[in-house]
Amino acid sequence: MADVSLRKVVKRYDDVEAVRGIDLDIADHEFIVLVGPSGCGKSTTLRMIAGLEDISDGDITIGGDVVNDVPPKDRDIAMVFQNYALYPHMTVAENMSFGLRLKHYPKAEIKARVTEAARLLDITDLIDRKPKQLSGGQRQRVAMGRAIVRNPKVFLFDEPLSNLDAKLRVQMRIEIKKVHQKVRTTTVYVTHDQVEAMTLADRVVVMNKGRIEQIGTPNELYHKPATRFVAGFIGSPAMNFVPCLLEDVGGKLNLRLTDRIAFPLPPARAARYNALPRADKLQLGIRPEHLTESHAHLEPGVETFDTVLDVTEPMGMETLVYFTLEGTPVCGRVNPNAGAKDGAPMRLAMDLNNMHLLNEATGLVL
Amino acid sequence: MSTMAIDKAGPRRNVKYGSMSRDRTWALRWSYFFLVLFAIFFLTPPLYMVITSLKSSAEISAATNPWWVFHPTLSNYVELLTSNQFLRFFWNSSIVSLVVVFVTMLISIPAAFALARMKFWGSATLATGVFLTYLVPDSLLFIPLFKMFALVQDLTGITLLNRWYVLLFIYPTLTVPFCTWIMIGYFASIPKELDEAAIIDGASWLQTLTRIFIPVALPGLIAATIFAFTVSWAQFLYPLVFTTSIDQLVLPVGITTTLIKGDVFNWGQIMTGALLGAAPPLIIYAFLMDYYIAGLTAGATKG
Repeated sequence: MADVSLRKVVKRYDDVEAVRGIDLDIADHEFIVLVGPSGCGKSTTLRMIAGLEDISDGDITIGGDVVNDVPPKDRDIAMVFQNYALYPHMTVAENMSFGLRLKHYPKAEIKARVTEAARLLDITDLIDRKPKQLSGGQRQRVAMGRAIVRNPKVFLFDEPLSNLDAKLRVQMRIEIKKVHQKVRTTTVYVTHDQVEAMTLADRVVVMNKGRIEQIGTPNELYHKPATRFVAGFIGSPAMNFVPCLLEDVGGKLNLRLTDRIAFPLPPARAARYNALPRADKLQLGIRPEHLTESHAHLEPGVETFDTVLDVTEPMGMETLVYFTLEGTPVCGRVNPNAGAKDGAPMRLAMDLNNMHLLNEATGLVL
Repeated sequence: MSTMAIDKAGPRRNVKYGSMSRDRTWALRWSYFFLVLFAIFFLTPPLYMVITSLKSSAEISAATNPWWVFHPTLSNYVELLTSNQFLRFFWNSSIVSLVVVFVTMLISIPAAFALARMKFWGSATLATGVFLTYLVPDSLLFIPLFKMFALVQDLTGITLLNRWYVLLFIYPTLTVPFCTWIMIGYFASIPKELDEAAIIDGASWLQTLTRIFIPVALPGLIAATIFAFTVSWAQFLYPLVFTTSIDQLVLPVGITTTLIKGDVFNWGQIMTGALLGAAPPLIIYAFLMDYYIAGLTAGATKG
């Protein structure tokens, strides 16, 4: 068990900067998820913590010791790979005990640790099988078992669920969470799947183009995104972004979306945005769940407008509706009984209490 | 879609074939035709050798049907297998081939591992270079090599020429490049994550090689072993050039130099010797083929 910290860590490949100076403090026992699109530097960051990649600049410490020049085997870490990377010629037990055998642990202790890990992961029956006799989910469990028996300071996961089918992925996600609750080892987990990030993490690190966009708990990222990138990346369907303007009308602040549609801002929002220059190009960020069907009794701050739906997608528990505002495609989530139909007009309600306002030029959430 | 022709009674059903199996049936017929043709083409000479080896010299030179044995005899086999000379050739060949295989593996495996996995400056160029050396034919190399060994012999006083063990130095020039090249291919096909997992598990490079790469690439290793053995066993030019005394000869050269006396060809014994000489590679193939085919890499990663 140990904390991990990254100080101005840079990775350069020839003239390409894959990681551009990131700072990150991971507390002991914490489950951190690095998330971002492919090529954002998340895997490179993980591999630098593992020691599989040299770092070009900066410092990485594990348990207070700078490990920049420490080889992977001496960092006391364990890693689970996307494609499992099980040794094909060894049984499950041999796979799990390989690291311990290399370190010449006593046989009794190796056996005890393997048995315990197998029990924890529910693979006791598979212990004498070869990897090729296992299913994808079972292989991933063995890969985790191999990490657990080492009892390392830090677990590193590199997109461990990407090769599994959707159903198994959900199941294994829960398994990983359970294992972490029992083992409590500091964990760094890389994924491109924002749902995995939200469900697993104590804190999520959103990365983009080699930089950290935002670090926060899943709820913070969802409700208080710092940038347009985070706002658009976290949440599914993604947040809508609509060009807009601020207007002063009769001493009140209005949000103008189109020539037809303009809403008075709720007092709290008006106070927050009042100082903004009116000429700035802005974007309204609104999540689909805050665009719903209109009711008879609307709360303050919820404004209605009429639109014509392009497409509807019934999902069962909700129906996704797609329409455009001044040419910008927008998605909303309505009750399946609200009567949304393809090509039909509909009155929708926008909850401005949960809106975000973004500067179009800087991409920052205001 | 030619099978989908529609007549007035509705779609015609071909009960025997589906759309795929009809193609497959024809593919199979052609495969059989060519494979049988190949088998006949390549098995006829050995068959002729077997027939000839069972004949006496008198019958071989008689004007009878060459494809039939009228008076079968094992005298050729008995004579060769009781001849110290022939057994000496066999022994020389065996010891040379086995040592060469061992030396080749000892050099090729670490070399291939280094070239495939430890990315260092010039490793790609070196890998190509290794293969290019294999492309230089021995008919070009034997004179310079002879001069080299003659020079070494003159300078050191160690007798190398006309000794069977000089072949231990020469054969690896043929086997090492090709085996290294085969092994580079096999090692390169092992997923990168496997050695990374081993590194994180605490394995050194040598442990990664011996405990992960060699077991996983065993089919490749066996292919390389078979190749090295076959090349050493069948090599003709180098032993012909480098060894001359009867007791230093290996099998291929021994058979041709001792069983052809002037213009007298002892065909029965030549064929018998060649057949006996072909036996060890055949036996090795038979034993190792199962390993060779078994896909040991299955299950390493996804899929």
